[in-house]
Amino acid sequence: MAMTGVLRPGFIQMRVMDMEASKEHYINRIGLHQVMEGDDGRVYLKAADEFDHHSIVLRKADNAGCDYFAFKVYDEATLDAYKKRIEDYGIEVDDVRAGEQPGIGRRISFVVPSGHRIELYATCEHSDPKPGINNSHIWSVEPHGMRARRFDHALFYGPNIDKVQEFFETVLDFRTPEQVDLPDGGLLGIWMTCGMKAHDIAFVNHPEPGKFHHVSFELENWNDVGRAADIITNYDISIDIGPTRHGITYGQTIYFFDPSGNRCEVFAGGYTYYPDLPTRKWDMDNVGKAIFYYERQLNEAFLSVVT
Amino acid sequence: MNEQRFNIDVENINAEFCGSSTGYADERVLISLERAQGFGKLKNLPKRLPVGCRRGGCGICRARILEGNYKRDPMSREYVTLEDEKEGLVLLCAIYPLSDLKVRLEPKCVKNLEVNSQSLEI
Ligand code: FES
Ligand SMILES: [Fe+2]
Repeated sequence: MAMTGVLRPGFIQMRVMDMEASKEHYINRIGLHQVMEGDDGRVYLKAADEFDHHSIVLRKADNAGCDYFAFKVYDEATLDAYKKRIEDYGIEVDDVRAGEQPGIGRRISFVVPSGHRIELYATCEHSDPKPGINNSHIWSVEPHGMRARRFDHALFYGPNIDKVQEFFETVLDFRTPEQVDLPDGGLLGIWMTCGMKAHDIAFVNHPEPGKFHHVSFELENWNDVGRAADIITNYDISIDIGPTRHGITYGQTIYFFDPSGNRCEVFAGGYTYYPDLPTRKWDMDNVGKAIFYYERQLNEAFLSVVT
Repeated sequence: MNEQRFNIDVENINAEFCGSSTGYADERVLISLERAQGFGKLKNLPKRLPVGCRRGGCGICRARILEGNYKRDPMSREYVTLEDEKEGLVLLCAIYPLSDLKVRLEPKCVKNLEVNSQSLEI
């Protein structure tokens, strides 16, 4: 077993403008479960197929977007080692006390050159519902809504993508399974992984720092993507595009918006990445196929609509 | 659906008349305009109607209400500040007509859009 550094996406904290409508969206439509509501009003959600305490945090605010994205690392010593490496690289690290979020140990928090706040933590309680361990069924509770199985990844928009890639690769030990090159030698986007998924976090070049493009949940299969599309129309959820496929990662996907305008994705599939594989590259003449494989062109919203 | 209907007229930034649509009282104005565009009624717009999240978060459908009354959902303060709001700026996807409306598109993101479409040549 080779994975010992950053293990996986842990949780993401989203800003929402209407908490009740957002709970309806993420719980009843996407299929998550509420773990608890904090004293400060933040709502903690998870998928039933996740062991960890929560994976989505909703915070009421007067604008939309993402506060931060936290990754779980192997253990406390790993967390200390990353803190030193991040500081040695020249990025300031803030400590966040254990319990600032229920069920989560101490975190370290820092801002990457695209303006996004990223966090790492090592310790996390489990919560219900979660998969069984002994002779268990495939469900602990019957799946509902879009039947999301896990919080999978997010895509962010901001400047200095080349520096972001260097930081994630050299300091956090991520790799880049896939990227889109600009004609001038720069990068339009990078899809990076800490493990064997085709991506755990992605960035697209954008003039404004700290912007959020989408949060993504994994479904079991392509049929469930179709069922998600039925739910989206049935409940008059704002659609962006799909069902379609990404050339990048191969994911079968649909994009839609939460009640505050944050883009959500549910998807199935995607290839397996190994650390010895090359970075797959796309050029701008083929970016349409890279992003939306069936339409073979970007929709207007892909590059301009962010929160 | 509330069947009460209102006219929604759209001007572009230079106040050149662009088209009109009929909106229902409980329908987001942007949705009414999307339907009008689908019927070819907004064909004089300089660009396609700016449509993004349709939920008041992304700011792409920012506009000035020149005439008429409306009710509103929450809309992102990042794109409509308190001062903007006093001036009659709104996000069209987060308002519902209470009378005939005259609106002018004033997207805040035009600068970003141009940067992106230049670097991409799309
Ligand atoms: S379309 Fe996003 S704010 Fe109106
Ligand atoms: Fe995605």
